[in-house]
Amino acid sequence: MSITLRNVRKDYDAQTEVLKDISVKVETGEFFVIVGPSGCGKSTLLRMIAGLTPITAGEVSIDNTVVNDLPPKARKLTMVFQNYALFPFMNVWDNVAFGLKARKMDQADIKQRVDEALKMVNLTELAKRKPRELSGGQRQRVALARAVASDAKICLMDEPLSNLDAQLRIKMRQEIYALQRKLGLTLIYVTHDQVEAMTMADHIMVLNDQHVQQIGTPSEIYQNPANEFVAKFFGTPQINILNATRSKTDNHVLDVDSDLEIALDEEVPAENVKIGIRPDDMKVEATESVEANATIKNTGFLGDETIIYATLNSGEDIHVVVPGQVNYRIFQPIKVTADSNLMFFDKDGKRMNLSKEAYVHA
Amino acid sequence: MDIVTKPKLSRRILDYTLLTVLALIVLAPFLIGLWTSFLPTMQIAQGNFLSTKVSFQNYIDAFTQTPIIRYLGNSLVISTATMIAQLIFCSMSAYAFVFLKFKGRKLLFTLFLATMMLPFEAEIIPNFQTVKAMGLLNTYSVMVIPFLTSAFGVFMLRQSFMQMPIELKEAADIEGLGHFQFYWKMVLPYNRIPLMTLGAYSFLGAWNQYLWPMLTTFSNDFRPVQNGLRQLQSEETFNDWGMIQATAAIVVIPTLIVLFIGQHYFKSGVNEGAVK
Repeated sequence: MSITLRNVRKDYDAQTEVLKDISVKVETGEFFVIVGPSGCGKSTLLRMIAGLTPITAGEVSIDNTVVNDLPPKARKLTMVFQNYALFPFMNVWDNVAFGLKARKMDQADIKQRVDEALKMVNLTELAKRKPRELSGGQRQRVALARAVASDAKICLMDEPLSNLDAQLRIKMRQEIYALQRKLGLTLIYVTHDQVEAMTMADHIMVLNDQHVQQIGTPSEIYQNPANEFVAKFFGTPQINILNATRSKTDNHVLDVDSDLEIALDEEVPAENVKIGIRPDDMKVEATESVEANATIKNTGFLGDETIIYATLNSGEDIHVVVPGQVNYRIFQPIKVTADSNLMFFDKDGKRMNLSKEAYVHA
Repeated sequence: MDIVTKPKLSRRILDYTLLTVLALIVLAPFLIGLWTSFLPTMQIAQGNFLSTKVSFQNYIDAFTQTPIIRYLGNSLVISTATMIAQLIFCSMSAYAFVFLKFKGRKLLFTLFLATMMLPFEAEIIPNFQTVKAMGLLNTYSVMVIPFLTSAFGVFMLRQSFMQMPIELKEAADIEGLGHFQFYWKMVLPYNRIPLMTLGAYSFLGAWNQYLWPMLTTFSNDFRPVQNGLRQLQSEETFNDWGMIQATAAIVVIPTLIVLFIGQHYFKSGVNEGAVK
């Protein structure tokens, strides 16, 4: 079951526009993640696909049929909520069976489906428990089992893991991924967590500021972000964004400050350019103060790598990730360079395609 | 080391003594009434409250010589009907106020609340005229119809329906439940504690009615217990106080039953686990 959105828009009233002009195609069997900061409208978008929230303009189609006016039930999908939405007065088994009973499925068929779904999420022994007698992770599994038991091939998940602790989240992430692959579900998954998006998605849609920022595979989005927002949203620690200006003496050169400049193959097309460098694409070496273009602010040892926090001579803060353990003193002068994977954004944050044959030197 | 410091023994003795004395003062009328219901009227008339001639004779007399069973039956019919009607109508209108989006919803609800501000006594004369015109005087209906619904009940249920997580409604929408199915299968079971509270409240309210039935009933066929008690007292030429006390004790029993059953259910945390 594929899902297509064409120029979908949502206004709550004339002044408050929540989503503008969203167009995307989600293929059958795809794990599609909608990611964005809180308040960007991602949950609203999901509810519009589900039919719980009416759309203001545009077209939602499922399997090439426009479903704008169809009620949620007719769209043949299931939904897993952030807070699970379990029925507290029913036991686990009845919770899972509820949707099937509501759809007037055959008794024997219901029993088979529910038992199978519970087995798949390892809840068979807890079938007679009430939700209040379950832990957070188990409740989450009941919610998943409801989606599994249904014969609907589209599943929508609204931040299903954000109420779980970090350890459990990693475990459930794998379980959801495995279930999706096993059942061949078309899964639309909403999250604000970029790690969830990166690790699970076939395609990611990045939403911010009412707009789609970028749609692409995790590696496209990480390596080739469409704009500064996307570049900053993905990757921990965050990408370094340095403000630079076109050099007055050589218009092939970008100056962050007089101690850090980047030479390009082509002419710098704008007066002001932002340079994005991932923390692990930067290099740091200890040097004499005359040669240095930055000073160490702090270091953080993470076991397999070290994060170096430094301040450029221009006053901008940067962070650099280097493998292993390194020893720098605070206020030690260093020289920072980068020679690959540089990204350039214009002053509005839009990506500029400049040739990357560049170098950074002091 | 004991971190929680227990109050000193002498202090606790003082506290409990004080509480016991206060409890006795509060319960005294009830206890005296109960005690006299076991005493022969002669002893009561002589002021001999510490008599040892205790017996159940008054209760036997009450059941055999007065229409108390009829009164109890009347009250049971009226209270049960009122309770069921209030549970149905209050929950339905509370559902509408919470889950249906319609124009003027807020205004209508405000009007509902306004009727709560008006004391029942102020409505008695118009209500009496109405039921009289409808020819309902001296029937069961006259004691049920004006109380089919209550603004307080609607208000109370609306507040608790609003506490339901919106995701339950969304989940129900996805499964294709209509309004009535959602009301019946989700809203009512989810809110069974407030519903039981309202049930107990409306049952006891109807059971303890006095003014309205006094105005609208004239015969033992329809007279509820509270008015029945009054009737016993005024009807008998010779006031058989022992028997009247016994009847009063009988009348209180259903109230106690309702409260005891209710208490069993008023445990918190029944709805835990719906959402995290």
